[in-house]
Amino acid sequence: MEATSSVQASPQVGRRRFNFDRVIAIALIAPSLLAIAVFVYFFIGQTAYVSLVRWNDLLPDYTFVGLRNYDKLFQIERFQADMSNTLKFTVVFIFVCLAVGLLLANLLDQKIKGEAIFRNIFMFPLAISFIVTGVAWRWLLTPSSGVNLIGSAIGIVDMKNPPGWFTDPKIGILAVAIAAVWQTSGYVMAMYLAGLRSIPDEIKEAARIDGATEWQLFRQITLPLLQPITLSAVIILGHISLKIFDLTKSMTGPGAGFSTDVPALFMFETTFSGSHFSQGAAIAMVLLVVVSVLIIPYLIYNFRNEVRS
Amino acid sequence: MSVVPYKPSRRRITPGRVITYAVLVGFSIFYLIPVYVLVVTSLKSFREVSLDRMWNLPQSFSLDSFRDAWFGNEETSVNGLASSFWNSIVLTVPAALISAAVGSINGYVLTKWKFRGADVVFPLILFGMFIPYQSVLIPLVQLMQNLHLYGSLWGLIFVHVIYGIPITTLIFRNYYAGVPTELIEAGRIDGAGIIGIYRYILFPISLPGFIVVLIWQFTSVWNEFLFAVVLVNTPSSQPITVALNNLAGSFSVAWNVQMAGALLAALPTLVVYIFLGRYFLRGLLAGSVKG
Repeated sequence: MEATSSVQASPQVGRRRFNFDRVIAIALIAPSLLAIAVFVYFFIGQTAYVSLVRWNDLLPDYTFVGLRNYDKLFQIERFQADMSNTLKFTVVFIFVCLAVGLLLANLLDQKIKGEAIFRNIFMFPLAISFIVTGVAWRWLLTPSSGVNLIGSAIGIVDMKNPPGWFTDPKIGILAVAIAAVWQTSGYVMAMYLAGLRSIPDEIKEAARIDGATEWQLFRQITLPLLQPITLSAVIILGHISLKIFDLTKSMTGPGAGFSTDVPALFMFETTFSGSHFSQGAAIAMVLLVVVSVLIIPYLIYNFRNEVRS
Repeated sequence: MSVVPYKPSRRRITPGRVITYAVLVGFSIFYLIPVYVLVVTSLKSFREVSLDRMWNLPQSFSLDSFRDAWFGNEETSVNGLASSFWNSIVLTVPAALISAAVGSINGYVLTKWKFRGADVVFPLILFGMFIPYQSVLIPLVQLMQNLHLYGSLWGLIFVHVIYGIPITTLIFRNYYAGVPTELIEAGRIDGAGIIGIYRYILFPISLPGFIVVLIWQFTSVWNEFLFAVVLVNTPSSQPITVALNNLAGSFSVAWNVQMAGALLAALPTLVVYIFLGRYFLRGLLAGSVKG
């Protein structure tokens, strides 16, 4: 009798246990969900609110002013310079990183001797701080020294009138992009290399048998298959470059005539040095919107694919 | 005649191969140039440092710049990095450990105990790792001041754990997605509950996931600057990135000392990279959401 009752009881106990476990599961993840809800979404809401009030002094002033902070922001010369710098930086940074990454990945995929050594040389900058990179490259691109000396030694730079790099208001931000490429291109190489390694050899062999040249193979098979990786890389690089802050802060600061300034740096200075909290919040919201335009479709695309597969 | 004995393929040296290696070596030089300059300059004594001779090897081997960068030098009013190096360790190690624990739990629940809406919640969590942190800084500073965590390393640890949730959850979610559900079912049949299954089945096979997350968080927290400079402005608790930025931003500090400081700040994460690089790479590739 006892035995049968316990057998009968066990599925019920099991089900109750199962439901109880579901409650624990929710309880386990709840703190993280709450933290994200508060520290990401609620805080963004608060920043949006601050951007709509008149808090441009040390003491909070929550008088609602509508979009006036944004209106003013877009008329400020510094912010206009920031937008144009960010655009130039982003285009150059993404394009060069993609080109270098794709080139290096393809070269490394040729059964290279010492591949691991090369790979590590191309990727170690990823492990160090943008602050360190900024310090090193500031000296390397100092007009009276660094790479200009090498240029002069091989006769392409006149040291009496050397390139100014980040001190030159016309190209300042591109000098920062060199340092950023140095640090980040290894990432793109790693992504492409992982992609190349996932292309089955049979596809290439079949094409070779059909008489395709190596270049045709690259253009018509490899490159299209790498397209999802290119998309990921553009998104990742894009959001890095829109948010770039540490590198400009340590390498150049805002620069002459704001030639190396970026929105993130402007936000930092106007908020925490200038106490223009509402203006800082407005810059932050503009940054957030631009980054979101890039990221949200990407996240949706990624998860649609995941649900399908 | 056609029966040529098979030779283990020795690749012929073709012009293409030569160019390939030449390009690879050329790029290697590009990536190593800053290292060369950092090392060479920081081994020079102050008298020897000159902008015209940046590329020259040091005439005499001197550790003075490392000494000044580490301990500071009152004569030249250089603040050493020693205390901030220690601050960074106190910051980074707990932040990485707690982040990994949180990420592991979240990944477990999101893969093996999926609740209704889990697939909607996860992208909402992930969005948190892409936002520009400027968009949360003002309320964050206010909250930290209210909690009396502003200016303390504890506050900074807390912040890094929270904003680390998206990436650590992502890495563990990907990792646990590869663990067969049968294993979990088997545990359930044996009478284990959600905690027991984690404790006895999942956790013991989680080591690679933990290594990836620990390395990732160690590296990113060590290198992080924005939260550190905004939330911890007291010199005695500054992490190393903030201290290095101050050291390098001060015109009175000789640049051999700046270079030595930069090397010291880069050393821990470089060492981790050299020894555990492939785990670092996995974290990196996870950061692109999905390959």
